Amino acid sequence: MYKIVKKEVLNSVVVMMEIEAPYVAARCEAGQFVIVRVDEDGERIPLTIADFDRERNTVEIIFQVVGYSTTLMAKLNEGDYLQDFVGPLGQPAPLNKEWKRVIGVAGGVGAAPLYPQAKKLAEQGTKVDVIIGGRTAELVLLKEKFEKFCDNVYIMTDDGSLGEQGVVTKKLQELLDAGVKYDHAIAIGPLIMMKFVVALTKKPEYNLPTAVSLNPIMIDGTGMCGGCRVTVGGETKFACVDGPDFDGFEVDFDQCMKRQTFFKEEEHECMMKLQADQMQN
Amino acid sequence: MPNMSPTKVPMPQQDPNVRNKNFEEVATGYTAEMAMEEATRCINCKNRPCMTGCPVNVPIPGFIEQVAAGNFEKAYEIITSENALPAICGRVCPQENQCEGKCIRGIKGESVSIGRLERFVADYHMAHGAKAELNIEKNGKRVAVVGSGPAGITCAGELAKKGYDVTIFEALHKAGGVLSYGIPEFRLPKSLVAKELENITDLGVDLETNVVIGRSLTVDDLFARGFDAVFLGTGAGLPNFLRIPGENLLGVYSANEFLTRVNLMKGYKKGEVPTPVKVGKRVAVVGAGNVAMDAARTAKRLGAEEVYIVYRRGAEEVPARKEEVEHAKEEGVIFKLLNNPVEIHGEDGWVTGIEVVAQELGEPDASGRRRPQPIEGSNTVIPVETVVIAIGQSPNPLIRQTTEGLETQKWGGIIVNEETGESTREHVYAGGDVVTGAATVILAMGAGKKAAKAIDESLKEM
Ligand SMILES: Cc1cc2nc3c(=O)[nH]c(=O)nc-3n(C[C@H](O)[C@H](O)[C@H](O)COP(=O)(O)OP(=O)(O)OC[C@H]3O[C@@H](n4cnc5c(N)ncnc54)[C@H](O)[C@@H]3O)c2cc1C
Ligand SMILES: Cc1cc2nc3c(=O)[nH]c(=O)nc-3n(C[C@H](O)[C@H](O)[C@H](O)COP(=O)(O)OP(=O)(O)OC[C@H]3O[C@@H](n4cnc5c(N)ncnc54)[C@H](O)[C@@H]3O)c2cc1C
Ligand code: SF4
Ligand code: SF4
Ligand code: FES
Repeated sequence: MYKIVKKEVLNSVVVMMEIEAPYVAARCEAGQFVIVRVDEDGERIPLTIADFDRERNTVEIIFQVVGYSTTLMAKLNEGDYLQDFVGPLGQPAPLNKEWKRVIGVAGGVGAAPLYPQAKKLAEQGTKVDVIIGGRTAELVLLKEKFEKFCDNVYIMTDDGSLGEQGVVTKKLQELLDAGVKYDHAIAIGPLIMMKFVVALTKKPEYNLPTAVSLNPIMIDGTGMCGGCRVTVGGETKFACVDGPDFDGFEVDFDQCMKRQTFFKEEEHECMMKLQADQMQN
Repeated sequence: MPNMSPTKVPMPQQDPNVRNKNFEEVATGYTAEMAMEEATRCINCKNRPCMTGCPVNVPIPGFIEQVAAGNFEKAYEIITSENALPAICGRVCPQENQCEGKCIRGIKGESVSIGRLERFVADYHMAHGAKAELNIEKNGKRVAVVGSGPAGITCAGELAKKGYDVTIFEALHKAGGVLSYGIPEFRLPKSLVAKELENITDLGVDLETNVVIGRSLTVDDLFARGFDAVFLGTGAGLPNFLRIPGENLLGVYSANEFLTRVNLMKGYKKGEVPTPVKVGKRVAVVGAGNVAMDAARTAKRLGAEEVYIVYRRGAEEVPARKEEVEHAKEEGVIFKLLNNPVEIHGEDGWVTGIEVVAQELGEPDASGRRRPQPIEGSNTVIPVETVVIAIGQSPNPLIRQTTEGLETQKWGGIIVNEETGESTREHVYAGGDVVTGAATVILAMGAGKKAAKAIDESLKEM
């Protein structure tokens, strides 16, 4: 059992938890993730390590409440326990020390997985700019935390309630057109956002190498089930062991998006049941 | 006077048309009377050919003699002197190739049903036996066992009995390896696996789940934490795919994913647990080993109407246990032998069918089996919504990528001294599927036992 030592509700749909997990805290690196089970009989859900504290033996996760398991988890409080918490899984993000300047692009809860990568880059002396997008002001995550070490933090909202109005790719294109020189981009967010970021950075006039973080459906997270397979550069890869970060230019995003919908119906049934149970209680 | 009946006392089992809709155990087990009757078929051969077929040397005629006499607890003691998991082996050993394959009675008629007797004795003990009093003197030395499948638990149990402090590290949230996540409830009830595991923890073995060696800790970390030796029993869990077009369509599972969703994540309790599992009306399972049979019979139980086994070789080459093949046929699984899949067809991203080419058998290949060859122009499409790939597994790369000095075969298997299980890295041993590639429960147990002996011999001197 893994103790929740801190819980913070970041906005109406996103929760941060700090979990006591000595094995994970001791070895994890930016880009890696954990698999969590909320309770006995719970499903195994992957979540990125958003931050860690080796002294306190804790790691932070930041999750969006989207369905059954995340809804259950959001109900837990400080002092409660998670049934299972295993990691660190996946490869550490390949962050090159030679990079002089990097642009991070995050959509919604994608700001959470971007954070440790951006922080590590800043620590190694790379200049980091980030663009954080959200539908509306309250859904823009971690602005203050990024501002501590980023050179520029650009905020984009669909409704203009914070920062500028528009999507993240609008700002990215502006920066690139203005001639800002980046060695690399890191895009983390909904698949559709990553797809559009790559469509832009891949254009011959920019040709800006872009890492993306894929989030296919997973079970074990150790290479045992193959459920997380994605096509990268025409080859099948297991995102949990070969990734989750990949060269965005090589990723078959359309297939990823399709594969995420495999259990839509069943997830919906499960959620309906949870809601029905809650109404009775 | 021995019982000269040419056939085994039949095993009571659920009716095929009832059991193919539930997940309860198919074979319900001998009664004491049936077991005693079957035991009298053993003629207690002097040279005990049956034992040469058992990879762990169970004293077969000795225990059977006790069963015939009604001394079931004594029989249990005899079996467990060599085999720590009799309830499991009695159910899943490919007896026809092992002990029973060598039984004299099998020459004219059917062999003695050694497996069923072993199962009966183990089940009897679980229901009636008292827990043995343990008096183990600790020797102060520590061994880490990685993986909690049959290889790991056997090695851990043997070492604990000798006084070692043993910790098992398991990547999943539940121990048991394939016994927990792979082999379905209807063939190996999970309550039974839990009991066998309890016997191991009762010996004082610590079990830490949720620790992935190679990620949470490395093999070097284990030595740094004071372990004197490490046993790797991490199995062959990485699923192979066919590498044909359409394999990433929605509706294509590896057998591991399909069975893990159903067994480990309890997907068979539909509507009660959150882990989803989706099965179409028509399902094709590619492969014909135990894994394929389990997947096919599971699909049937989850409500699929037509379930096919698609296999490129012929009936003689089918590698699954005989009993499982018979059970699968009785339950309505359709065998499409001599058919090699070449493409999975889809529409809008979802599977609609699997295209196969009929095969004919040519000359024997390197494995001694006749090589299947395609018959030109014989392609057909079997319409299905779900495809399960069950064509084998290889060892996971996590440990070999993070352990210096550990040499492996090209296909990933850890290289060891066959007699001792010693790897090329000092004080690191390995056994089971991670060494042999996907094999059997009993071979994995045998390897765990051998390594325990070698570890003891090497650490005793220190
Ligand atoms: C490597 C990785 C890192 C991730 N990191 C984060 C993170 O830091 N923060 C965060 O909010 N989310 C993260 N996710 C997504 C998160 O795992 C899913 O939102 C979560 O599993 C949904 O579970 P649910 O039961 O609440 O929702 P469900 O109702 O089950 O599903 C909602 C949606 O979530 C996705 N999903 C469902 N089950 C899984 C699964 N087992 N694995 C992956 N996706 C699934 C599906 O696309 C589905 O449509 C990550 C996913 C991966 C693969
Ligand atoms: C569906 C199915 C049906 C089968 N049916 C039969 C049958 O009827 N009869 C028979 O004899 N055999 C059968 N087999 C084969 C048999 O189960 C295996 O040969 C046997 O389980 C191998 O044992 P093992 O201990 O080597 O590995 P496994 O049972 O595979 O156990 C390995 C364990 O190690 C863990 N692990 C892996 N990597 C790590 C890591 N890095 N850190 C920590 N833990 C790790 C895994 O999670 C797993 O729990 C079947 C196999 C399958 C998949
Ligand atoms: S362990 Fe397996 S091979 Fe040995 S006697 Fe028992 S059933 Fe036969
Ligand atoms: S070979 Fe058969 S008959 Fe002979 S001792 Fe073994 S089990 Fe009994
Ligand atoms: S999650 Fe099972 S192989 Fe990646």
